[in-house]
Amino acid sequence: MATKGEYMQLGFLVDLHLCMGCKGCEIACKVENEVPLSTWRLRVKYVDVGTFPETKRTFTPLRCNHCENAPCERICPVSALHYLENGIVNIDKERCIGCAGCVMACPYGAIYIDPETQTADKCTYCAHRIASSMMPACVVACPVEANIFGDLSDPKSNISKYIQQHTDVQVRKPEKGTNPHHFYVGASQAHLNPLASRREEGYNLFNNITHLPLGGHH
Amino acid sequence: MVHETLAATNAVVTLDVPLPEIFWGWYVTMNMWAKSIGTGVIFMLFLLLRKNPSEAKGLRLSTAIVAFVFINIFLLFTLADLHQPFRMWHIFVYSHMTSAIAVGSWMASIFLGLLTLLIYLGFKKSEGAYDRVLFWTTILAIPVTLYTAGIMAEATARELWQMPTESVQMLLAATLSGSAVMILIGGSKLSEESQKFFGVILGLSALLAFIIYMSEYIFGAMKAEEVAVILSYVKGDGEYATMFWIGQWVAYILPMVLVALSRASNSASILKLAAILAIVGLWVVKHVWLVIPQLLPLS
Repeated sequence: MATKGEYMQLGFLVDLHLCMGCKGCEIACKVENEVPLSTWRLRVKYVDVGTFPETKRTFTPLRCNHCENAPCERICPVSALHYLENGIVNIDKERCIGCAGCVMACPYGAIYIDPETQTADKCTYCAHRIASSMMPACVVACPVEANIFGDLSDPKSNISKYIQQHTDVQVRKPEKGTNPHHFYVGASQAHLNPLASRREEGYNLFNNITHLPLGGHH
Repeated sequence: MVHETLAATNAVVTLDVPLPEIFWGWYVTMNMWAKSIGTGVIFMLFLLLRKNPSEAKGLRLSTAIVAFVFINIFLLFTLADLHQPFRMWHIFVYSHMTSAIAVGSWMASIFLGLLTLLIYLGFKKSEGAYDRVLFWTTILAIPVTLYTAGIMAEATARELWQMPTESVQMLLAATLSGSAVMILIGGSKLSEESQKFFGVILGLSALLAFIIYMSEYIFGAMKAEEVAVILSYVKGDGEYATMFWIGQWVAYILPMVLVALSRASNSASILKLAAILAIVGLWVVKHVWLVIPQLLPLS
């Protein structure tokens, strides 16, 4: 735990060796945060790798990276996106003006406009649950404990130990200088780099996805 | 570089639900285009006052009105693009000054106030006071022109938009459209010498902007693979290739040629045609450059 006078720096780690793409985390997040249809705070990306019959499917849970140097926080003109003392990048939907600057700034595509409130929204690491000393909903739902959540500033926390014990800990797009508080173990380029896989019309398991109207002209 | 691994991995995304592609659409294009005109004409009036004050006499009020109208168009489309337009006032109450959006909103509002004052002074024919206020309005017009480049620079996800390049392009867009509008509204009030002067500004702005776009078009892909992918949308049979080249021809190449022709033939009509094409083409150029980085998959 953090020493007196210091604050926790909460972080997430996903062990992709364990993730089996069940989408339990995705559903738990949807239910916990009442995420509207056609939008996701957390989603699991599937990438098929190889050529038949030597193929495999990879799974990558994608959520807000809660960057230490968050572009969304910097560009938000009204501080609707702001840091909590525990390192979470939180959002005040009552303050948001819906300029979509954060959507344009986030290099991870983790922020969306909520079609019901017409404001920006994203994963908050379930800040409301953490305030009540509960784990984020996705962590609780994961059947294989692939989601490891904890205090990065505490070397004895599970997440810190995991990072210490594994050599293949990576973040998405480190070259952006955002210092994400979200790590992956066991990731390949196909997991983390959007340009390392093709997107072909008709190959998606969900085709012709209908997005709810966002208002304005987009 | 990772896309070379595709041949070996044959990796295909089979399930992802990324964001809808275009978030900043033609409302934002209108915003940038109208702001270029609104600040550009102020720059041009300032130059005209230094170069030939007697000719500026009949243009003080009309230029301030044109700038006022286009800055209001810019603000109107900025407001309309918000998903919560009735919360616009939050920008002034909860200003977050690391954001170029917040800083720009303040500057644009003050700029609009100064333009209103210029209209009043122009209407009252208080030329001395008008010229003093115009000086400060021109100074403020510089950051008002540039701050959109700051917003684009803060859009970390869009690699194509780099602050140094976009700053220069914003200034050139202002001088291009400002000189074009001055040629059109100046009409017979401008001497042949002044028309040629604005023609030179128009032609040089077009040339420099075209050089920068072509530099990015040819060399941009050599620095980052994200930029290479983004530029592929305007190359070959890319989705925006036709629109990109229409913009380049209409905004830059044709006006450059027409400015040269107008100088050779002393034709004000050809110069006016160049001005109209530059104003129309600028919208297309801005729109393509705004949209293509948003097509890049982020997840």
